[in-house]
Amino acid sequence: MLIDHPLLGLRDSSEFIYRGDAKLLYRPNWKSKNSKTKFIDYGYLRKNPAGVHKELWYHEQGDRSWLVVTRNTVTHEILKVELARDTKGKLK
Amino acid sequence: MKYSGFKVLWEGLKGNTGWKPLWRNPDPKKNYEIIIVGGGGHGLATAYYLAEKFKITNIAVVEKGWLGSGNIGRNTTIIRSNYLLPQNQPFYEFSLKLWENLEQELNYNSMVSQRGVLNIFHSDSQRDAFVRRGNAMLMSGADASLLGVDALKKLVPFLDFQNSRFPIKGGLWQPRGGTVRHDAVAWGYAKEADSRGVDIIENCEVTNFLIKNGRCYGVETTKGVIKSKKVGVCVAGSSSQVMGKIGINLPVESHVLQAFVSEGLKPVIPGVITFGAGHFYVSQSNKGGLVFGGDIDGYNSYAQRGNLPVIEDVCEGGVALMPMIGRARLLRTWGGIMDMSMDGSPIIDRTKIRNLYFNGGWCYGGFKATPASGFCYAHLLATDKPHNDAKDFLFNRFERGGLIDEKGQGNQPNLH
Repeated sequence: MLIDHPLLGLRDSSEFIYRGDAKLLYRPNWKSKNSKTKFIDYGYLRKNPAGVHKELWYHEQGDRSWLVVTRNTVTHEILKVELARDTKGKLK
Repeated sequence: MKYSGFKVLWEGLKGNTGWKPLWRNPDPKKNYEIIIVGGGGHGLATAYYLAEKFKITNIAVVEKGWLGSGNIGRNTTIIRSNYLLPQNQPFYEFSLKLWENLEQELNYNSMVSQRGVLNIFHSDSQRDAFVRRGNAMLMSGADASLLGVDALKKLVPFLDFQNSRFPIKGGLWQPRGGTVRHDAVAWGYAKEADSRGVDIIENCEVTNFLIKNGRCYGVETTKGVIKSKKVGVCVAGSSSQVMGKIGINLPVESHVLQAFVSEGLKPVIPGVITFGAGHFYVSQSNKGGLVFGGDIDGYNSYAQRGNLPVIEDVCEGGVALMPMIGRARLLRTWGGIMDMSMDGSPIIDRTKIRNLYFNGGWCYGGFKATPASGFCYAHLLATDKPHNDAKDFLFNRFERGGLIDEKGQGNQPNLH
């Protein structure tokens, strides 16, 4: 798979580390109501769709940026690549 | 149908005209006592043990594709019980004991071949870890011994003992481990379950569950509605898809794992060998092909095919361990979808919907678990209580903090 890095262009996916479901960007507030349930959810339950999936890739052997990649898990087709910092608040 | 040496001779004389299909091809009835969703190894084993040990025979096994089209026919066929943790090891040893008697029990040749599993280590600290693991195996009633370099040179002289980066220091040896003809496991369980009255319904996809007042009372399928008192889901890589139909989110990610077969070679590899410094394991099939594998690709996938970087990584590991295979040619590669759980261990449990049960999260270790998984799931379905050897494989371990994390990697499924 080639990931179209917003700053560096096409990069081989083996340069990246895969971190999974992009919801991990949104750590719950420990002071909020039901924070225990929210943390169990945050820690152990991930979206696992057969189809379009928003996920985190870390460019470890590159510029060490975090990317949010929108990818189809059935075809491996990559639909969109964004810097994680540019998606702030937009994915929820 | 009963198999025997005499039957083989007799059929040989009759031109092999008397063999019959191993299972019927029934239409679904309207009602069953138990429906098992998923006709793979675990589902068929569950049906068999429900019929054999718990005397429940009014069962349907509902399979989306053809029987054994999923991971039971895609794995690298290894059986072993060399786990460390007390929640895991007794379960896998129970499984290995069931494997040892499987062919007699099913009257079917599944080529259970206990030629041993050898885990190579390359450093002093790795040796210490394997000593600990070996002791845990012995305490569970399994067999294990530590082999030094001299013993290894007799057993597997072709390894690269003097490798300058990862010299071989010895190995943990489980003689009772080995390989099994994987398809024959599915066929054997199907044959015996069918002969006890279990309906195996192929090409019948479950499209939804029938739920009323928090109770499950059947399934909707592409062949119509089927009702039952209990429903057991057992669908491996499709777990999240199937449970997602009723909004249950699982602590599971689906990943692709590749497997590889080389061209046929003369017998050279005794049993199973694993590399301790990279991820590579290998055995040799009865046809002579080297059967090997390594890491999962590492990203969520439902594609049943992988990518080249992992193929390269696995082959590098193989050549580092045994340079002699460097000129063997790769014949085939394929992929299967693994239900990777958050701690690398499985789940056999009730769900929050009554009469709906779940078995999954086997990561890439499901094949060796097939008999015990079927047995323990049958126990849960029949008695509503977890089997003693699977009593920790519950959903609530994640909220209790009682993870069964064999590798100590934390909640990162692609690292287990």
